[in-house]
Amino acid sequence: VSELVLTRNQLLQMVRGKDDSEFATPLQRLSHITTDLQEGVMKTRMQPIGNAWAKLPRIVRDLSVEMNKKIDLQMIGAETELDRQVLELIKDPLTHMVRNSADHGLESTDDRRKAGKPEVGKIVLNAYHEGGHIIIEIADDGKGLGIDRIRAKALANNLASESEIEQLTDQQVAQFIFRAGFSTAEKVTSVSGRGVGMDVVRTNIEKIGGTIDLQTHDGKGTTFTIKIPLTLAIVSALIVECAGERFAIPQISVLELVRTTANSEHGIEVINDAPVLRLRERLLPLVSLRTLLRLGGDDDRRTETFIVVTQVGNYTFGIIVDRVFDTEEIVVKPVAPILRHINMFSGNTILGDGSVIMILDPNGIAGSTGELAGSSQATTETATMRETHAEDQQSLLVFRAGGRDLKGVPLALVARLEEIDVVDIEHSRGKPVVQYRGKLMPLVTIDGAFQMKTEGLQPVLVFADRDHSMGLAVDEIVDIVEEQLKIELASDRPGLIGTAVVSGKATDIIDAGFYLVQAWGDWFGSPDQEFQGGKDGKKLLLVDDSPFFRNLLTPLLAVAGYDVTSVDSADKALSLREAGSDFDAIISDIEMPGMNGFDFAVAIRSEGRWSSIPLVALSSHATERDFERGREVGFTDYVAKFDRDALLQTLAQTLSTKGAA
Amino acid sequence: MNQVVPSSPSKRGIQELASTEAHEEFVTMFIEGQMFGIPVLMVQDVLGPQKITRIPLSPPEVAGSLNLRGRIVTAIDVRLRLRLAHKSDVENKGMSVVVDMRGELYSLRVDQVGEVLSLPAAKFERNPPTLDPLWREFSNGIYRLDGKLLVVLDVPRLLDFTRSEAI
Repeated sequence: VSELVLTRNQLLQMVRGKDDSEFATPLQRLSHITTDLQEGVMKTRMQPIGNAWAKLPRIVRDLSVEMNKKIDLQMIGAETELDRQVLELIKDPLTHMVRNSADHGLESTDDRRKAGKPEVGKIVLNAYHEGGHIIIEIADDGKGLGIDRIRAKALANNLASESEIEQLTDQQVAQFIFRAGFSTAEKVTSVSGRGVGMDVVRTNIEKIGGTIDLQTHDGKGTTFTIKIPLTLAIVSALIVECAGERFAIPQISVLELVRTTANSEHGIEVINDAPVLRLRERLLPLVSLRTLLRLGGDDDRRTETFIVVTQVGNYTFGIIVDRVFDTEEIVVKPVAPILRHINMFSGNTILGDGSVIMILDPNGIAGSTGELAGSSQATTETATMRETHAEDQQSLLVFRAGGRDLKGVPLALVARLEEIDVVDIEHSRGKPVVQYRGKLMPLVTIDGAFQMKTEGLQPVLVFADRDHSMGLAVDEIVDIVEEQLKIELASDRPGLIGTAVVSGKATDIIDAGFYLVQAWGDWFGSPDQEFQGGKDGKKLLLVDDSPFFRNLLTPLLAVAGYDVTSVDSADKALSLREAGSDFDAIISDIEMPGMNGFDFAVAIRSEGRWSSIPLVALSSHATERDFERGREVGFTDYVAKFDRDALLQTLAQTLSTKGAA
Repeated sequence: MNQVVPSSPSKRGIQELASTEAHEEFVTMFIEGQMFGIPVLMVQDVLGPQKITRIPLSPPEVAGSLNLRGRIVTAIDVRLRLRLAHKSDVENKGMSVVVDMRGELYSLRVDQVGEVLSLPAAKFERNPPTLDPLWREFSNGIYRLDGKLLVVLDVPRLLDFTRSEAI
């Protein structure tokens, strides 16, 4: 059928050029019939994945009797449909992997009891659709892969040298099980040897254009994630043009098309050479196909460009192209082996007009923008966490410094706004300083390129910490706004936390801590030496799920002379306790996903070595009732977020009372 | 223009070829006046100018891909592969020889395709050691012809891009 569809498309293309061809009407009919036929065939080809799973409960039951294990097999998404051909090809690998999980993944009932796990081991099969692919997860809650054993085995099999293995992460080491002839099974059973055959599994899956990934946690289990295309036959694709070349983008990952002209309301804005688009009060990161594929040519002011809004997993981004044509049904053909390494393309195909066209791989493009889509769930989880939990209302000071871009900083961090006459600016050791309230205050600039004014008044944001203050020279103070601060694009540039939409404008949020350290680090020598003397380098543990606050508070506390360890969840904090870390005080956020601050406090107070450590709660809404509840569950004190002085004071107080007692 | 040559996937090694006294047939082609030859049995097709789709990010020697009767063929610019100067006016006018490599089709773009020659093994010689190392890599040997020399191209090596990265 696929060839029939292609021929039909070719005919349609030919007739489209001529207006009233006598072929038009019969061709229309032919086209309809072909479409019907195609749909019919596709529908009969689609089968629920449950068909491939039908035998699994039986296999697992037999296994559980033979191995004397209690196994609970859960199958989720059995109704997910996929191409019969694909189904046939993954059936055996799936069966093999479930056997593996049952035999080697899960421990024996005795071992489970010893490890404090429920006696019944769980194997979960989960299938679902995601952007033109089917994801199948096979998860067990067994003992994990035993990374050390894999390391040793890889060394013994000469797959890598000792020094290479040292450098590999656990995840990379785990990939060795996909190598041919790799088995770490200590004893060979009648069922399977974990590792044996995993290379076959991978080969089979890659044959149909799929990928397999695994995540393993020692003692907690292993999850395999298989990603396979929905169908091997025909996909519908959007044809776009960039620099005179045409490309196909699989329709299934395209969310919408946005047309931008030089003076339309949807303008492309640029933050430090990174183009973004404001789309319905969200910032959409953009990639230019021209730059990405190094097509060259003029990237300058075109009167109009198109943006293909593309979704890969949870990550949405826009691809800038010159023109958009219509959609066409295409048959994906693999690219020649010598071109396989270019991960921007998922294949190539022949269009209706007979020309060859490359098919763009949205995953590859997303990968090249630094966002590793799909490969790690943790990334998407943190992204969603960031979205949901950094929404607290706060006052932002918006200013301009070094360019037209807007920059913002939480107002709570700013001590004063000053205008300093440039004649008062003096230089000491080559750095600008100013006499401020009887002391010398260092002035820093937003980056090296920033030029201070040569005459008149220089606006300065004053950040103060006890006796020391620092001035950040800016061009202009724009506004103070009350906003839900939502970092849309995280930044890895030092001094910049990320970019947020503030009053409908893209604004870079600067990291005040970075500048504080910069000024003081240069000025007073190492901040640790300066301050730690009085504080003995008290150790603090900061628990906060929001990377924003962690970034903000960690340097702040560090500068105040504390030795700060920060973690992003209560669970991680508790595992630190298990690991034997000791702290002088703990600062914890209240609203956190998973275990919240109250439960965390209860957990700490109830048992273990941390039961008497001072515990300070940190919250954005500090009502009387919350205070009460916090005290009840064992918090020593309760501080509102952004009240830096109160936090430092409270810390100093709690620590000194502890010392006295 | 399309001159279809009987195709066969068989690839006969040059050693075997040299040892037999029989004649071997070569498709000859020219780049920059130099004559090259490919065993006739490797050749699928000889093409005239074709519409070629550029492939971004590909190695420079890859000219693009083209549609040959519903199959996608990767076009290799032999001129660039042999590190000869890029000649823009020959672009799209040059002819191509399509070869089959492990089920994949590749079209080798050259300046001109000549006749099929039947050459006796007696005229075959190994590569002179003074030949450019790059050329030595891609050449299986030389045939002495009247007035000119024919370089036998080693097609598998010519298309093995993983090796050449290291050179």
